[in-house]
Amino acid sequence: MATGTTGPAGSTGTNAPGRAHIRARHLRTDRWWLSPAVTVTILSAFIVYSTWRAFANDDYFAEPYVSPFYSPCLASECDSMPMSANAPLFGDWWGLSPALLILIFPLGFRLTCYYYRKAYYRGFWASPSACAVPEPRGSYSGETRFPLILQNIHRYFFWFAAVVAVILTWDVLIAFRDEHGAWGHMGLGTLVLLANVLLIWAYTLSCHSCRHIVGGKLKHFSKHPVRYRLWGFVSRLNGRHMELAWASLFGVALADLYVYLVASGAFDDPRFF
Amino acid sequence: MTYKADFRIWRGDTDGGELRDFKVEVNEGEVVLDIIHRLQATQAPDLAVRWNCKAGKCGSCSAEINGRPRLLCMTRMSTFAPDEVVTVTPMRTFPVIRDLVTDVSFNYAKARQVPSFTPPEGLKPGEYRMQQVDVERSQEFRKCIECFLCQNTCHVIRDFEDNKAAFSGPRFLMRIAELDMHPLDVADRQKAAQEEHGLGLCNITKCCTDVCPEHIHITDNALIPMKERVADRKYDPLVWLGNKIRRRGSGD
Repeated sequence: MATGTTGPAGSTGTNAPGRAHIRARHLRTDRWWLSPAVTVTILSAFIVYSTWRAFANDDYFAEPYVSPFYSPCLASECDSMPMSANAPLFGDWWGLSPALLILIFPLGFRLTCYYYRKAYYRGFWASPSACAVPEPRGSYSGETRFPLILQNIHRYFFWFAAVVAVILTWDVLIAFRDEHGAWGHMGLGTLVLLANVLLIWAYTLSCHSCRHIVGGKLKHFSKHPVRYRLWGFVSRLNGRHMELAWASLFGVALADLYVYLVASGAFDDPRFF
Repeated sequence: MTYKADFRIWRGDTDGGELRDFKVEVNEGEVVLDIIHRLQATQAPDLAVRWNCKAGKCGSCSAEINGRPRLLCMTRMSTFAPDEVVTVTPMRTFPVIRDLVTDVSFNYAKARQVPSFTPPEGLKPGEYRMQQVDVERSQEFRKCIECFLCQNTCHVIRDFEDNKAAFSGPRFLMRIAELDMHPLDVADRQKAAQEEHGLGLCNITKCCTDVCPEHIHITDNALIPMKERVADRKYDPLVWLGNKIRRRGSGD
């Protein structure tokens, strides 16, 4: 099969001058497109679902459960949610859904996450779609310019995400009550929120910025034995960062969906005791 | 099991080339390099291929098999179906010399741009003892066999020839990370990584890690930690302020 000669002068990519000229853009024969296609499908579904729920401003509380999309509530227009983290910092003037005020932090955390960056660069921007599959565009500046240079603030979103995780942990604690607010009870919703917060913590602590902060930045591990041990723990979690990123994404969506179904009356929360 | 496999090999040089079809015998337990050698012995005596150890340790026989950057000597024929066409081309990021051999001198030029290990001034040999925990971290990076598959697959230079001047590639950013993590190295690696070696061009899509025959976690253990160190230095005002107040550098 003849494939021509070396690439024309001035061309870029795998047909740049001097390289072996092969007309096919790539020669991969496996299903390289499957992974980015799955990524795009799942992330798009989550974006649609979370946008609907964030703007809905309804059915986010069913005593004693609070949806993770609406906790903490930073506006004064929230439903009465006894014992939950209400801090109406934005007062009355905020007319949109209070979820928008808080979701920006976990959204920013995931948007700048090193794993999700890989996933959406590959899935949405084809940069590249898969290894040795060429990009469709003619120039590339990576993360050197605005807006992608802002990926460097991931560490700040990590701290915000840690605060949100603490609040969601409190939401799990207050879920050990019954629908009248009496302590010492548990329902299926308690388990759902508990699973969600465990996944959120695991994902947050497995973050590459967390790994850097606890010990990765050190030159002498031997001078900092405690931080070295912490780094070792976070490194083990970090090895599962991709799996935790997806699991916690499903977890938070399912936790919200559960609260929505109970709050809207579509489903009665089974009580264990 | 012995069978006749369909191979498609790129033959050519800087003036041009083409994929040529061959039918060649395959025996149980063989790797792609064995088949290339059989082709040389029986059908194409002038077929150029660079190889040395046949054990995945010299990094010489890097090429692309069915479009994927691989070592010829570490790709078992048993991973292909007997009726599958196996396409072998030279690495597509570097200039071709002939057939499956490419000119990888780009990598040697980039290697020379990384200043070597720089201990503190006045420190004499034998005056410093490394602790095991400090050695272990960079030990992983020293497994590199310099096959340059990571350089070949990195889209920053594979798809954009113009970036070659500004980007050293994952292999040498990993070398910079190794030196920056060394307890005794005092050179300013972080600024150089971003400003001279193009770390900011890396968008951590992990192809370098995917193709590494030594299974080095290039992205997670070298490139991302280096990006975080650069963020400390250039993009984090709180870290900058904290270091100013405590008059502390990066010598921890």
